[in-house]
Amino acid sequence: MFLALFSIVISIAFFAYYVGHRRALSLAGNDLSTLHSRPGYHGAFLAILTAVPAFLLLSVWAFFQTSVLDQFVLTRTDHFLVGLSSAQIEAFLRDAKAIAFGGIVSGVDEGKEFAASLYARYQKVGHVLAAGSLLVLAIIGFSWGYHRICASARTRHFVERSMMVLLVACSAVAVLTTIGIVLSLIFESLMFFRKVPVLDFVFGTHWSPQSAFEGAGADGTQTNTKIFGAIPLLAGTFLITSIAILVAAPVGLLSAIYLSDYASKPVRASAKPVLEILAGIPTVVYGFFAALVVAPTIRGWGEGLGLSVSSESALAAGLVMGIMIIPFVSSLSDDVINAVPQSLRDGSAGLGATKSETIRRVVLPAALPGIVSALILAISRAIGETMIVVMAAGLAANITANPLEAVTTVTVQIVTLLVGDQEFDSAKTLAAFALGLLLFCITLALNVFALRVVRKYREQYD
Amino acid sequence: MMKSNLAAVENASTSEMGTVSDISSVVSPIKMQGKDVNVFYGAKQALFDVNLDIRKNQVTALIGPSGCGKSTFLRCLNRMNDTIDICRVQGDILLDGEDVYNPQIDVVELRARVGMVFQKPNPFPKSIFENVAYGPRIHGLARNRSELEEIVAKSLQRAGLFEEVKDRLDEPGTGLSGGQQQRLCIARAIAVSPEVILMDEPCSALDPIATARVEELIDELRRKYTIVIVTHSMQQAARVSQRTAFFHLGQLVEEGNTDDIFTNPKDQRTLDYITGRFG
Ligand SMILES: Nc1ncnc2c1ncn2[C@@H]1O[C@H](COP(=O)(O)OP(=O)(O)O)[C@@H](O)[C@H]1O
Ligand SMILES: [Mg+2]
Repeated sequence: MFLALFSIVISIAFFAYYVGHRRALSLAGNDLSTLHSRPGYHGAFLAILTAVPAFLLLSVWAFFQTSVLDQFVLTRTDHFLVGLSSAQIEAFLRDAKAIAFGGIVSGVDEGKEFAASLYARYQKVGHVLAAGSLLVLAIIGFSWGYHRICASARTRHFVERSMMVLLVACSAVAVLTTIGIVLSLIFESLMFFRKVPVLDFVFGTHWSPQSAFEGAGADGTQTNTKIFGAIPLLAGTFLITSIAILVAAPVGLLSAIYLSDYASKPVRASAKPVLEILAGIPTVVYGFFAALVVAPTIRGWGEGLGLSVSSESALAAGLVMGIMIIPFVSSLSDDVINAVPQSLRDGSAGLGATKSETIRRVVLPAALPGIVSALILAISRAIGETMIVVMAAGLAANITANPLEAVTTVTVQIVTLLVGDQEFDSAKTLAAFALGLLLFCITLALNVFALRVVRKYREQYD
Repeated sequence: MMKSNLAAVENASTSEMGTVSDISSVVSPIKMQGKDVNVFYGAKQALFDVNLDIRKNQVTALIGPSGCGKSTFLRCLNRMNDTIDICRVQGDILLDGEDVYNPQIDVVELRARVGMVFQKPNPFPKSIFENVAYGPRIHGLARNRSELEEIVAKSLQRAGLFEEVKDRLDEPGTGLSGGQQQRLCIARAIAVSPEVILMDEPCSALDPIATARVEELIDELRRKYTIVIVTHSMQQAARVSQRTAFFHLGQLVEEGNTDDIFTNPKDQRTLDYITGRFG
């Protein structure tokens, strides 16, 4: 139905464009320069006036149809609903809709049958109404616009402004979605913090929400608040991220220096894309590489040296994650190092500095803010990374600085909390949202800090 | 002590002003020499058989329409062309009779002896002090902090910048005005005690007042250093230089005492250029 209406609106728009175009041409006669705007603009003007209001109506209707129908049906069936709880009423409507439009029905009774017939009837009426008003709107828009088209009509301005509205609307979608996600994160987290005090969560050192014994989720009304301490997860995240940065920062930075200042043009042209391919490898591939190759290797070496290495270790996950973020560090650093003006390099060389002295004493200090922000972006990427740690770091919520032990991270725990059957209001499930919020805050803070650093020092040269 | 030094230098300069060339300059010895210099950028030849002598304690001006190879020749003198991959230099460049392209010569040492000031002021994004201290540090010229401070102060004085910045040596060099930045770059070059200073259109990014200040400075510096300056302003060449070389399409057309070049050029092309008929 929607699809049909939608295609009708589109075809009307094409038709209107054609008519507007033709009318402008016939108004102009032989001399096109008498028109204020080119014929195409007149066509677009008419098409917009015809289709956009109709299209808006269509979207509004699509959005509200269900709730309006529900409302109508409810007013006609209230004698069946006396004494029912709101959840039961919801189930009643669900069943009625399933009877009317197909679906899984849990049980049939007279009231539901009646409601279903209402649904069927109202929906038909709704469709007719929608189609009718759609047509009326299109005709009004069309004829109003048609009579406005004249040689001096400033349809170009109208089209330009419509363009801008479209662009604003699209950016608004992006911004609003972000805000929506953050708000829902905050909202769900607040529900969690109603069950578990914020301080117990942020500063607690014990994490085992899965253990039904201790009361989490076993009974929704009783929550053991002592098993939701996020510190072990933060510690694990911190440990793995540190290892990753220890790998990625030197390798990424030095390769960026090589690429920007030492590599010849052909080497640079082929090495840079290869490095960037690293960024294109799916993280799950890194994950099983870490779990199946790196972790056993490290375990083997550790045993050779007489160390006890757990089969899933922070070291394995951190190393592989470090390799994963090398391209972020090197690519961004390469850009900022290239942005240091050649004149500074010349100035240094002109004073007798060697290439490496120039890089150490002039180029790197000048590029430092950019490099710092590249590192911070890489860190926030590492903190949010999930797949590698899920596969290689383990699930044990240990607080340890020993990279050979298994640890777990915030992201891993979010995954495990949400895998399997869940009740959406148990503390255990809600804890995932709180963890998500925590993660969001940390990466947001890092990103803001990185932007600050860049902005503060950007004007140092030029 | 520093102040009196500065005053002495300033006195000397004012008494010297207006003298375009003096007799001593004509007989002064040769400091640098270009012999049959050919330079190629890839397949394109930018200089053709250039033979030019640079005399000690004189200012030699290189003039000519843009693209004629002035900067290219200047960059040969301290091998800055080495930083351009496609650039190839043939012929001899001699410094005190020694070929600077001789593999025995260390380019680090060469550039300490032949310093360079660029067209656009390019102070490092460091403090004023660190800018000047940069050269002495990489060449290990100061044994301790106080020696370094002395070098910095002396260089800033010679560049005529000390009085303006002595209270803010810790502030970034990039915060100075354009003219001050260029004098800072000159101080930076002086700090490694070069024998020759190359300047590539050092005033082209400066306003007239800053330009006049730098021109005065160049005239003062001549006492201690040999200077080669590229300029597209013939008035500037006439004001600051004792000798002038006119380049055209990669060839050295004419060179000689500045007075002679400007009053009595031998080549038609030189005449056309200095009378503004082309370029
Ligand atoms: N880095 C370079 N690569 C290729 N060609 C260059 C380069 N620098 C200069 N050239 C060429 O060499 C010629 C001389 O340039 P240049 O010495 O800069 O002239 P000037 O300083 O007299 O204006 C010009 O034709 C210019 O195009
Ligand atoms: Mg030039």
